[in-house]
Amino acid sequence: MSLLEVTDLAVHFGGVKAVDGVSFDVVEGEVFSIIGPNGAGKSTIFNLISRFYEPTRGTIRFDGTELTALSAHDVAGMGIARTFQNIELFDHSTVLDNLLMGRHRHRATNWVQDLLFLPKVRAEERAHRQNVEEVMEFLELEAYRDKMIAGLPYGVRKVVEIGRALAMGPKMILLDEPASGLSVEESQDVSYWIEDMRRDMGLSVLMVEHDMRLVTQVSDRVLAVANGKPLALGTPAEVQSDPTVQAAYLGTDVSEGAVA
Amino acid sequence: MRAVFKTSYDKDIDLHPDWWERGKIAVLLGLLALLPFLVGEYYLAEATNTLIWSLAGLGLMLLVGHSGQVSLGHAGFMAIGAYVDAGLMNAGVPWIIAFPLAGLAAGCFGAIVAIPAVRMSGIYLAIATLALFVIIEEMIIILEPVTGGVGGIFAPSITLFGIDFDRYASLNNFYWLVLVIVALTTWAYANVLRSPTGRSFLAVRDSEVSARALGINVTRTKALAFGLSCGVTGLAGALMGHYISFFNYELFSIFISINLLLVVTIGGLGFIQGAFFGAILITAVPQLIAILRDGLNATVGIDLGGIPGLDTLIFSVILVGFIIYEPTGLYGRWLKFRAYVQLFPLARRDMFRRQKTYLKTERSK
Repeated sequence: MSLLEVTDLAVHFGGVKAVDGVSFDVVEGEVFSIIGPNGAGKSTIFNLISRFYEPTRGTIRFDGTELTALSAHDVAGMGIARTFQNIELFDHSTVLDNLLMGRHRHRATNWVQDLLFLPKVRAEERAHRQNVEEVMEFLELEAYRDKMIAGLPYGVRKVVEIGRALAMGPKMILLDEPASGLSVEESQDVSYWIEDMRRDMGLSVLMVEHDMRLVTQVSDRVLAVANGKPLALGTPAEVQSDPTVQAAYLGTDVSEGAVA
Repeated sequence: MRAVFKTSYDKDIDLHPDWWERGKIAVLLGLLALLPFLVGEYYLAEATNTLIWSLAGLGLMLLVGHSGQVSLGHAGFMAIGAYVDAGLMNAGVPWIIAFPLAGLAAGCFGAIVAIPAVRMSGIYLAIATLALFVIIEEMIIILEPVTGGVGGIFAPSITLFGIDFDRYASLNNFYWLVLVIVALTTWAYANVLRSPTGRSFLAVRDSEVSARALGINVTRTKALAFGLSCGVTGLAGALMGHYISFFNYELFSIFISINLLLVVTIGGLGFIQGAFFGAILITAVPQLIAILRDGLNATVGIDLGGIPGLDTLIFSVILVGFIIYEPTGLYGRWLKFRAYVQLFPLARRDMFRRQKTYLKTERSK
């Protein structure tokens, strides 16, 4: 059964057709990757799912609910977590607090209870903490628990962002270039984590990535996009051997007819 | 150097990790409670003033330091607190009811105006809140039957369970009352910071985009921060009214707003302690200048009393100095000093230097 169904999605900024008629679906427990050259509209698709942009047309159904009817802050409540291409962490908080902020959608207390710090708040905090510690153990972040984000190296920040998304306890995680700027070892770690997310946590993963080694390693299916339009959809091998994809990547100046 | 060995999550959840830290707060509170027996009436009145400024500072700190919004209108919210409190008491409502209502009125008003205002940020929000302040000031003058207009209003003395808390007749009681209110507010503030509410404030301050992606309703969070901030500032305004006893709209001038911003910036943005450091500075510096001026006049014979605007000049120089050399404020300076002493002789100069952060390009906003 497909968890996420995107149908004929389009967003136009004035005359720029950033995304134009993209359709795909992500099956439960699947790792689905979107690839494409820079400016192809990959991150825009993510921002459309996150409801940061209003689509010009098309539908996004998640778990039977139409996302385009929700506002941005309700998307998290549906069980969709995401990371950002340019790390968007809370720089002046510790790693622990950043992960705890990920628990926001599970908060069960209101601000009056928080103001008085009633026993219920403490019990909730313990539960959140337990959850966050499990994520930290999974991603091996224990050493950085009380460190400020502002002082952490790039690679660690990337992992903290994945951690914050996992702390949300989502059904689906959107990873926007999880391996960009990482060393070979670090991106190898990322591929193992994605495997574990799928196998042990039962998550569906939607990923935008340039590193084809990582994409082939972990993806079940791949969608290639260029100039906002879908090029090919299939297994990593199928997509890589698709002549239109090769043309888009290599930038060969062949007319569309010649490629087809 | 002491290290805390954490054995449970509660060590992180508790306000203070061990009995040593708790003891320090207890000693501080004890000293403050004993202050009426230690100093004379003049200094006790000054201490009361400092506490009231701290309370107003706590209010603005929540907004500026923890939710990343700026306000030049907080003198207006102090005025709302003061007038609601004094007005209700003049109408025969006892203080125990009038005082919370004053906070509530200022808070609700703040939250309501916040809903359109939170769409703005930075300098635009500052100007919008400044405009709001002007509106409040004009309203006070127009609503003369209630507020006394230009003539002013009298804040009756507080009586609670038959005990008199008059600011002049029983200053000790008034001081203790203010101290209890400030202590309770500080406790509630610390509670907010260690709970989901406080974390959502920080999230909205540091990255609105990811706050939204985490399911935080940015508008509601900002409005809540505004409401809480204005509420606390309103309470401070009510106390300020009682402290001054007879006041008109001029008590809550734009300079109060600016001084409040000084309290939070010089004190140390983003620290509860900063509000207190800032309040001490803002109330002590005029006194110090006065003492210095009298001293110079008596010993050297230089009369600085004739120079207008000396206080303002010194304040401005201090502010500029802090912004350039110590953006983390007095409390940040204190943290550095403490680390230096604790690590002596191992402290290094670069220890507190912030690493250059990566540029956030292409924000999806």
